[in-house]
Amino acid sequence: MGQTFAQKVLGRAAGKAVEPGEIVFVEPDLVLTHDNSSAIIGKFESTVPGGKVKYPDRIVIVLDHVTPAATSKNAAGHAKVRKFVKEQGIGKFFDVGCGICHQVLPEQHLALPGSIVVGSDSHTCTYGAFNTFSTGIDRTEAAGLWITGRTWFKVPETIEINLEGYLQKGVSAKDLILTIIEKLGSDGANYKAIEFHGSSLGSLLVHERMTIANMGIEMGAKIAVFPADRITHNFLFSDDLCKDALWSDSDADFCEIHNFNLNEIVPVVARPHTVDNVCPVSELPETKVDQVYLGTCTNGRVEDLKSALEIMKGRKVVSSVRMLVGAASRDEFVKALQQGIIKEFVKAGAVILPPGCGPCLGAHQGVLAPGEVCLSTANRNFKGRMGEKDAFIYLSSPETAAATAITGVITDPREV
Amino acid sequence: MAVHYYDQNDINTDLLFPGKYTYTCGTAPEIVEHLLEDLDPEFRSTVKPGDIIMAGSNFGCGSSREQPTLGLKYVGVQAVVAKSFARIFYRSSINQGLLLVQSPEAVEFYTPGDEVSVDPAAGILKVAEREFPFPPLPAEMLSILEAGGLLNWIKGNNA
Ligand code: SF4
Repeated sequence: MGQTFAQKVLGRAAGKAVEPGEIVFVEPDLVLTHDNSSAIIGKFESTVPGGKVKYPDRIVIVLDHVTPAATSKNAAGHAKVRKFVKEQGIGKFFDVGCGICHQVLPEQHLALPGSIVVGSDSHTCTYGAFNTFSTGIDRTEAAGLWITGRTWFKVPETIEINLEGYLQKGVSAKDLILTIIEKLGSDGANYKAIEFHGSSLGSLLVHERMTIANMGIEMGAKIAVFPADRITHNFLFSDDLCKDALWSDSDADFCEIHNFNLNEIVPVVARPHTVDNVCPVSELPETKVDQVYLGTCTNGRVEDLKSALEIMKGRKVVSSVRMLVGAASRDEFVKALQQGIIKEFVKAGAVILPPGCGPCLGAHQGVLAPGEVCLSTANRNFKGRMGEKDAFIYLSSPETAAATAITGVITDPREV
Repeated sequence: MAVHYYDQNDINTDLLFPGKYTYTCGTAPEIVEHLLEDLDPEFRSTVKPGDIIMAGSNFGCGSSREQPTLGLKYVGVQAVVAKSFARIFYRSSINQGLLLVQSPEAVEFYTPGDEVSVDPAAGILKVAEREFPFPPLPAEMLSILEAGGLLNWIKGNNA
């Protein structure tokens, strides 16, 4: 019997052949933490007072969640992280303004094919787009990893998702992943790995793969991974960085197989308050919105901003709507500036946010009032997610977000 | 000992501890101030050490934040019993030394008012007079749980 990607990666790290269900101890290649590093430092210091991290070069810290600091408490947290980074000789440190961790790691070529990355953030699964075995852990475990450099994994079973056909005009990778989540359900891949296969992969570019892999956790997946192919090589500009890539054997054992025809995917939204509460935009009753948020680690890349702008075609944001636009990283922001995209959004009446998580987690920069409705290109619409439990969050593609910004009601981008 | 019963699936980490407090509440007592705030505002004033939480499937889905497991452990919750748990939450509970019992049958069987007790060593959950055995944790995980969480386990030089 052949092996899955997860079996191969964990087997290589554990130095033996492994089977689903088995517990293995491994040393991840990278441990990511963000603003929550300040809390992790507290745990680290109380466990090993005066101690040193085991592998400083395997630690990456990105300040992105509440940046620039919203309160003096946040600022103190950031200051604590900067001090720790210096003391411990942690070189892979990205301060306020660099961008969202899940954009920064790939940009810096830190999420590599066949490597193992864990992060104290649930959307660490994003790097599956680059054939990385990447998954979320909690703060305590991150502290443990700083100390010992190792952790355990249960070798997951794997779901194969086959993608055939092409996405049509006005339909994006976000519509595809929301449709997949609707079918599998919010716990449909719990504890499991997802591998993407099929002839569509050749047409799904890096930014699209990132949108898809990013939302693997919304089905409970441990990892959601793509093969390392020509598109991955082109992004990394180096065969050497791809040398550890792995992929499942053709006779690997998958616990489930699902097929999706991309030609049939239509613009959809996830309605409040769960991500799998999906319906086609065309079937939604008239839904007025107060805020449109274009950005986040799911859809804050220059391609997302550009597709949105193309839908707006020079039209202004309707006066009943506040539109927030945030590039996922400084590099993406620079690209958007160079291409004139930011200027167009400003002229259209949008508010530009600094690279970072912004209002996605409800801490600052655009939280909602009770009863308000937001259409967001983020990955989560849980009650209270954007800071107010009596607000309503819909999730969509950048294209649908743009169509909605100019009409004031949730609108199919093919209709404007 | 009381049971806090939530008859719903997909109770996510925002309901257990709203994300907006993630960077303002660091210590366990601060976390407890907002524990289950948007799910059950009464919880903080009624919970007692030894209490049990019961809920549907995919409990703890969403963010990797550990405030929910840390807070539940701190207030003395003895165990969370659910039809199933989200992966990161499950992991986090072991790291905090909080016992989780996955038993869809027990949750189905439960009617509010029933006595519930759990014997982790024997792997038995009792609802009213009925016993529901649950499989023990793998040895590695059990030793972390028994040490009272991952950092205690590391301190005990197990790593
Ligand atoms: S953009 Fe939102 S989902 Fe992404 S890392 Fe930041 S808070 Fe999390």
